[in-house]
Amino acid sequence: MKRARVAYGGAIHEAYEHPAGLRLADGRVVSEDAVVWLAPFEVGTIIALGLNYADHVKELSKELTVTAQDEPLAFLKAPSSVIGHRAQTRRPDGVNFMHYECELAVVIGRVAKRVKRHDAMSYVAGYTVANDYAIRDYLENYYRPNLRVKNRDGGTVLGPWFVDAADVPDPHALQLRTLVNGVVTQQGNTRDLISDIPALIEYLSEFMTLNPGDVILTGTPDGVVNVNVGDEVVTEIDGIGRLVNTIVSDATFGR
Amino acid sequence: MWNPSHPPVSGTVYGTLLNDAGALSALGEQVNSAPYKAPPKAPILYIKPRNTWVSHGDSVVVPSDVNELEMGATLGVVIGRTASHIQVADALSYVAGYTVVNDISVPHASFYRPSMRFKCRDGFCPMGPCVVPRDSVANPDALKVTVAVDGAVVHVATTSGRIRTIAQLLADVTEFMTLHPGDVLSIGVAVGAPLAKVGQRVSIQIEGVGTLENVLVSEELV
Repeated sequence: MKRARVAYGGAIHEAYEHPAGLRLADGRVVSEDAVVWLAPFEVGTIIALGLNYADHVKELSKELTVTAQDEPLAFLKAPSSVIGHRAQTRRPDGVNFMHYECELAVVIGRVAKRVKRHDAMSYVAGYTVANDYAIRDYLENYYRPNLRVKNRDGGTVLGPWFVDAADVPDPHALQLRTLVNGVVTQQGNTRDLISDIPALIEYLSEFMTLNPGDVILTGTPDGVVNVNVGDEVVTEIDGIGRLVNTIVSDATFGR
Repeated sequence: MWNPSHPPVSGTVYGTLLNDAGALSALGEQVNSAPYKAPPKAPILYIKPRNTWVSHGDSVVVPSDVNELEMGATLGVVIGRTASHIQVADALSYVAGYTVVNDISVPHASFYRPSMRFKCRDGFCPMGPCVVPRDSVANPDALKVTVAVDGAVVHVATTSGRIRTIAQLLADVTEFMTLHPGDVLSIGVAVGAPLAKVGQRVSIQIEGVGTLENVLVSEELV
């Protein structure tokens, strides 16, 4: 089943797919642009992966000081950076390179501590689409990628749907892509993950307890390009969802 | 069964790297060579996720493959109201109060891209014992910070001498991300953070804020 969380009529609702738009849990049917889409689950700890697709590693290799990798490159983001479907993300005036990252987001369903690979998928509640924005102008070589690059307000887009794990027979065979103003700029497939989902859960839960609502953003493939004010950015994963975001300027935010 | 209690905070806990002038100067010329290539410009932040949070009095587990842990004594600034794009002049008015934070790490040499295994293990962020109100602390940028291990003082520092004062840090950070009530921003660890090992009792006292005490225990006991 696919579930959304939306604000409508003064309250937050669970909502489901409907031929005319959305059906709220209370029975009302509304169009999808009549609601405010929130992240489709209560977001806990957000763990993001860098360089988890081989082609993307190659793409970025010229700017990496250290390329040897003996464990997954994981970093954290805060729930305050999260926005939902059909929202806006600010591009500060004067930056040269702001890019999207289309990623499969894996949501943890039960407390996971020292989980082994063979058992790991049973800890997954479901999936959604993530767009993990970065502004490369702000990269510094301390605690890469630092929060000014990755943890900006509106920098983590999640949604539209939370898709139950049971409805995704093989999360390692999902085609993903990004379209900027309707043009495909990024494509990949989750079969090319360097560390697959069980490997990530085994790795992380060895040293940190994962809790329900924690989410792993599994990394992005080759094809990140600069986006500009006014661009519509669609990150899409077959069977999971099509997540729309619009880039806006400082002026929209009164700056 | 390891069953930590809840520290007196509820939001996201952020740490600040190399905000102590001594910690930055200890890097010396290294900041200009690989992998850093330049001194830090903007505040360098990191997150201590919720699995790391424990309270005053809780035990902290030392991983079996590590001999000693670094005790990162620092002041936690607890946010009282939503702070977005704020100015230095009134930044402190966004603060609810202060608490003691022990930002624990597995000792590691590189600040380039340290593994989460070094800073994000369960129990690696004791905080407490309470949040003292902002107005009870006259100058949060000049508080004595004392670390004692088994009763013996091993490290003395102050909250002064920071690259960014608390007000400056809040202004610079909220330029790109909103801080919410209950969030904690720690001001960074002073140079020379002491080490401690299994069986030792670690007390961090910050003048006018409180004393945070935790015992390090071995993984086998948990």
